[in-house]
Amino acid sequence: MTVERIEKIFLGLTAAMLLVFLGALFYSAFGMGMHLPDRAGEILPSEVRNTPPFDDPGVREVGDNQYEVVLIGAAWSFTPREIRVPAGAEVTFIATTTDVIHGVHVEGTRVNFMLIPGQIAKVTSTFREPGEHLMICHEYCGAGHHLMYGRVIVE
Amino acid sequence: MRNPTVASPEGFQLPDSQRRVIRWMIYLAFGALSIGIINGLGQALNYARVDILQYFPGMRTYYQGLTVHGVVNAIVFTFAFANGFLALTTSRALARPLNTPLLWAVLGTMVTGTLLAGYAMATGQASVLYTFYPPLLAHWSFYVGLALLVVSTWLTAILLFGALRGWRKENEGKRIPLMAFISVATYAMWTLASLGIAVSVVGLLIPWSLGLIDHSDPLLSRTLFWFSGHPIVYFWLLPAYVSWYVMVPRQAGGTLFSDSLTRVVFIMFLLLSIPTGFHHQYTDPGISGGMKALHGVLTFGVFFPSMVTAFSVMYALEIGGRRRGGTGLANWFLKLDWGNPALVAQILAMLTFTLGGITGLINASYNLNQAIHNTAWVPGHFHMTVGSAVTMSFMGIAFWLIPYLNRKELVGRGLALVSQWVYFVGVLVMARGLISGGLDGMPRRTEMLEAPYSKPSWELAGMLTGLGGTLMFVGGMLFFAVLIATILFGRKTETPEDIPFTDTYHPPATTGWEVKLDSFRYWVIATIVLILIAYGPFLAQYLPGNFTSTGYRFF
Repeated sequence: MTVERIEKIFLGLTAAMLLVFLGALFYSAFGMGMHLPDRAGEILPSEVRNTPPFDDPGVREVGDNQYEVVLIGAAWSFTPREIRVPAGAEVTFIATTTDVIHGVHVEGTRVNFMLIPGQIAKVTSTFREPGEHLMICHEYCGAGHHLMYGRVIVE
Repeated sequence: MRNPTVASPEGFQLPDSQRRVIRWMIYLAFGALSIGIINGLGQALNYARVDILQYFPGMRTYYQGLTVHGVVNAIVFTFAFANGFLALTTSRALARPLNTPLLWAVLGTMVTGTLLAGYAMATGQASVLYTFYPPLLAHWSFYVGLALLVVSTWLTAILLFGALRGWRKENEGKRIPLMAFISVATYAMWTLASLGIAVSVVGLLIPWSLGLIDHSDPLLSRTLFWFSGHPIVYFWLLPAYVSWYVMVPRQAGGTLFSDSLTRVVFIMFLLLSIPTGFHHQYTDPGISGGMKALHGVLTFGVFFPSMVTAFSVMYALEIGGRRRGGTGLANWFLKLDWGNPALVAQILAMLTFTLGGITGLINASYNLNQAIHNTAWVPGHFHMTVGSAVTMSFMGIAFWLIPYLNRKELVGRGLALVSQWVYFVGVLVMARGLISGGLDGMPRRTEMLEAPYSKPSWELAGMLTGLGGTLMFVGGMLFFAVLIATILFGRKTETPEDIPFTDTYHPPATTGWEVKLDSFRYWVIATIVLILIAYGPFLAQYLPGNFTSTGYRFF
């Protein structure tokens, strides 16, 4: 196979670029702790509201500057609709859905995950700046999908 | 010495009976695209908060229109075009007629599938979008229609492999002609890739929609969808690559440089397209971070053959530009034949694809995906890949293919050129809108017209989306005007024309490891091994699954 020198250079640069990008991603994941949602347990969709912790959705302080948000998505609203957490606190979302697939995106942050029936989603993040963010359902969930949103208020 | 390949067998013409079937496939493709583009206008204007969907006959909701837009563009248009176009390229390269009954079966399956899915969508019983994630439950005819559309691609695979097998018997020891090789490789990849969607639709969703089983498993069906749902983008793209590799160089007056490198690129797509699906599920619960990371790395791997393509195709164009008197670093680009709409459409397609590729790499970038997942960024990205790189390439191909299939001359060359420039500017403006909105949290797949929430910065993003989408619609309509005028009023050509394909500067090797490239069997086995590595651990841990979701008709 004949590969010209200029093409070898081009492909070498391509490979180098991809490796640098991958290195940066792995550093951000394992060096800076920016993880994706992992496995966090299963749940019976029809029994969500009777299963702890989802029998008592809301925000609670669970430790020193640590908060837990138990969140339920159902067509077409979030429970709770409004989430208040202090700036700089470590916030863990524990969330699921009672019916179809929904999504959660706290715009302006990297809190962005899916709610899949039968699965529990767990995501940890820290909101550093005080302010208000829309929390949008970003997966199509039926005719009222665009009505489904909430707010995260960082105090 | 006799050339051991049949790169350009003289005088072969597809029989008229088969030419006619392929013509109907291409008509079906562009008929679907016309419906898709008309619906697309409504989608784009939604972001500009202009409601035209209320004037669409029988349109109940925004999401019904979005479902139609996705299904007819991304599935019917692309499948019908690939089935017809790659059947033609394979037959031409091998200089063999195809199996006529099988060719009719492909067309029949596609039409039946389109009608069944179309019925469910038109009556509002399948507003589940083209990803049809359960437990949203559509009418059974929607799933059966989709299954038939997939079956049509399998029948095409049998058609192509059958032709190749016949050719091999008569040409023992010879290299497969390049154009046939890359066409067949495309179908080898997609046949394996489509198994995920087939298992989900036939095994899980059809029985569920008929009431034979009570529950669905949303995570399993979603995973099976994306098993096919990422490689499907290469099934959209590779027919365009076939044109970019073996036709565009000819149209530009250049030569494709390396035969072997082209084959290596298509083998890499076969190997790496499939084990990448989890990068669409980065934000899903229930899948371990390690598996997501593995798929992320493999997705970066599949970026590599596209970069080789960028080099090879640009190199071929440069040869053409210099032969036409181009000099210097960039002047050759201006010397290309900017009066040939078939070529111009595909060059513009390549330009949008560079942006589509870069944004795609960002999507694949593990935690960076959290910044843009399911925002308007994503349709911004894929309108620069399937929505323009693929669509404009297919439109460019149509500028010679429709005349070829009808034995007529193209009508309205100037209009054809204008249609592509308008579409090109349109897609860039629209993508600029969607991408900037997405970066600021504007969601995709959402009826922004009625949403009770908004942000000031989404105003401009929405306006650009609406403006760009309108330009794309205008470009599309001009394209259809050219097509219809050619079919109705084109002047008959006297001598039968051939399809425009090229030889390579470096012909295929006849000895050494490169000969092994033609052994599809080994590459298919290697692909299956990679799939097992990428999906085996998840399935082993997850199965027998979590079938606990009843169906919902929230539309």
